[in-house]
Amino acid sequence: MSTLAHVFEAAGLSTVVITPMRFIAEKMKTPRSLYAEFPLGLPLGKPRDAKFQRDVLRAAFALLERPEGPVLEDFPESIQGKDSEPLVCLLPPRFNPDLHPAVDEAKALRSAYDRAIAVNGRTSVGRVVTADEIPSALEKFVRIADGEPWDQHGFDGPLMFVAHDIRTYYEELVFEITDSDFEAWGAERWFYEKTEAGKLIFEVSQKMKEEGAPPMEWYMLAPGSRH
Amino acid sequence: MPDNDQLMKDTVMKMPVPSFDDPAFTEPPPLQEARVAIVTTAALSRKGGVSNWQLQDFHFETLPSDARDLELGHVSPNFDRSGFHADINVVYPIDRLEELAAESVIGSVASNHYAFAGNQSDSVSELRLDTGPACAAQMLKDEVDVVLLTPV
Repeated sequence: MSTLAHVFEAAGLSTVVITPMRFIAEKMKTPRSLYAEFPLGLPLGKPRDAKFQRDVLRAAFALLERPEGPVLEDFPESIQGKDSEPLVCLLPPRFNPDLHPAVDEAKALRSAYDRAIAVNGRTSVGRVVTADEIPSALEKFVRIADGEPWDQHGFDGPLMFVAHDIRTYYEELVFEITDSDFEAWGAERWFYEKTEAGKLIFEVSQKMKEEGAPPMEWYMLAPGSRH
Repeated sequence: MPDNDQLMKDTVMKMPVPSFDDPAFTEPPPLQEARVAIVTTAALSRKGGVSNWQLQDFHFETLPSDARDLELGHVSPNFDRSGFHADINVVYPIDRLEELAAESVIGSVASNHYAFAGNQSDSVSELRLDTGPACAAQMLKDEVDVVLLTPV
């Protein structure tokens, strides 16, 4: 991001970066940076909080009034995600005992996913598998957990991309079934700690690690702090 | 569980960064007259484009100002992705820019905005020499004055 800022300034554009990493702005002499101590992935701080987002933008644009750079200012409010709790919501009861719990769960959550699509008009599921293919993708993870070689998974893309699709399916639908207020990392904690799908993906990552799979293959199936 | 954000910051802190000798610092017009574009590293795309992004990817996507059917292509598990799912503005504050333009806080919102992937090469030479200047040229053609950069 700081590299792009330098390239754009050299081309005749003025730039402002909202950064969660103060040390990068210092090391790279980024032309104008607003250091916002927010969780990674949330540069404007709070979803569904237009006032807060506008405050961040106004603080960022205020840096444009400075006559010389580099400019580095701190946004006065910080947000921490390290102590957030998993989102609270009821998960569906077992319906088909012949299916693995993760597959049964994903099928039962499909209507919540469809509601999320209707509300948002968009989905980020589809890197490798579609929403229709989520249950069969989880069946493949079950087989890997049961001993099938992970490197013969047969997906049309890396396993981490498939895990991304499954996690995205869950993290998009969760806002349709929870009454919890948004908390940074709350959906991630719900997925890996409360859902059968998240537990299964993490189990597979640990099995791959034990079997000596390349670190990039297993490490990217879950956040680094979980390994 | 350890703080994943801090873990990532500690990791990035150890990585080498490119240096820019005598960096440019372009003076903007008054904010009330400035045309503003967003550039993000969230690997966004329009509907159906999420599979365009690869593991190491140097291209950028052009996002028309009226597009809201945006998909998140950044596959790293090490950031909160649910915020974007709940509200694209927390990463890509397009509605907030429209409001600021309506209030005459900024001059106007650019016709197009841009998304890069966060996973660039160590040298970032592609950004410096190829895609970065190409993106800048598109923005200058659209008479953009100010670029708001939102990393993910």
